[in-house]
Amino acid sequence: MTRYESVLETIGNTPLVDISELSPNPRVRVMIKLEGLNPAGSVKDRAAKSMIEEAEKNGQLEPGRRILESSSGNTAAGLAMIARVKGYPFTAVVPENVSVERVKLLRAFGADIIASPAAEGSNGAMRRAQALAAEHPEWWFSFQYGNAANPRAHFESTGPEIWRDCPEVTHFIAGLGTAGTIIGVGRFLKQVNPAVSIWAIQPPAGETVEGLKSLDEGFIPPVFTENDGYSLLDRSRVVGPRESIEWCRRLADVGIFAGISTGAAMAGVAKCASEIDEGTIVTLSPDGGWKYLSTDVWTGDIEEVVERAKHELYF
Amino acid sequence: MTVEVRLPNILRPMAGGEAVVPAEGATLREVFDDLVLRYPGLRPSLFTPEGEMHRHLNVFLNDDDVRYLGKLEAKVGGSDTVTLMPAVAGG
Repeated sequence: MTRYESVLETIGNTPLVDISELSPNPRVRVMIKLEGLNPAGSVKDRAAKSMIEEAEKNGQLEPGRRILESSSGNTAAGLAMIARVKGYPFTAVVPENVSVERVKLLRAFGADIIASPAAEGSNGAMRRAQALAAEHPEWWFSFQYGNAANPRAHFESTGPEIWRDCPEVTHFIAGLGTAGTIIGVGRFLKQVNPAVSIWAIQPPAGETVEGLKSLDEGFIPPVFTENDGYSLLDRSRVVGPRESIEWCRRLADVGIFAGISTGAAMAGVAKCASEIDEGTIVTLSPDGGWKYLSTDVWTGDIEEVVERAKHELYF
Repeated sequence: MTVEVRLPNILRPMAGGEAVVPAEGATLREVFDDLVLRYPGLRPSLFTPEGEMHRHLNVFLNDDDVRYLGKLEAKVGGSDTVTLMPAVAGG
């Protein structure tokens, strides 16, 4: 069915596309799930909808109550869109080093934006949001890093969709941000087939965390630890900005215009495909490339783009 | 076996300001022990009091998280790079 009563019903059920021609190993198939086709442009629409609807159900979110979240952009975009549709005011704490498109997208949906220092990254934005939540008990803080409705969205929708469309999956590879996607999809896939291998991909925690004073200020999302993420994962790889950007450019060969975190996931897929004998890898493209056009990912001099990406939050 | 250890900004002051330091060892534990011998100030950032890996420390052997390669018992070789990173979230 392609007729809907509300745009919120169009969240999820995204296409899974065979891009095996990009696989470095002819015996390994690669499938990519295009989450950028969600209405507010990213996989985070699923978590945003799940968190808001759960809070409505359990009475935490009443009509007119302000929603608060910290986000490098995608979760805020999903929340901003849904909040607008449902009539909730929304405040997003966003690190000041995210691309200009993300901020403009939030403004398009009428979000109030509070900038947090670039040097403190997503963690700094989260701390600022926690402080705001304490100052404003009348607001509802969705807290994506610790909200069980975030991974549940993927356990109940993204995971089953992958299994429905590709039961031959042997490996699931996705980026690690809040850990919602990998925990939800990973737990679902392991439940239906314990042999599926779950790989996490993350960007180097480099220049973007200069504001960290000590390791003890580091942060592991409760979504990850409370779901025993360390035992769920089979591998975890770090992928640099250069390979992420190179893969963003290569994806254009198969007609996929995706954001930098998709390039990172694909760099992880390529490593996996080269190391295994045969199999079917499913990966997930969190968002499209639209919000990154100003960063010249596809068209700029690669050295300059890589240098800029080191200072910009893209997960 | 000498490996190259890359330190994040926050650990450099404990290692004489260096970003990259050499260390000896055939396992990650031996590499960490050697690092602590050279730079005692690094100990609380590498190990818990029980001698396990610090909770907020992510350690990559080349680009691979050592938690899935045997943690401190992960084998390291001569051309390997060990990269230490603070645990931070995205999203």
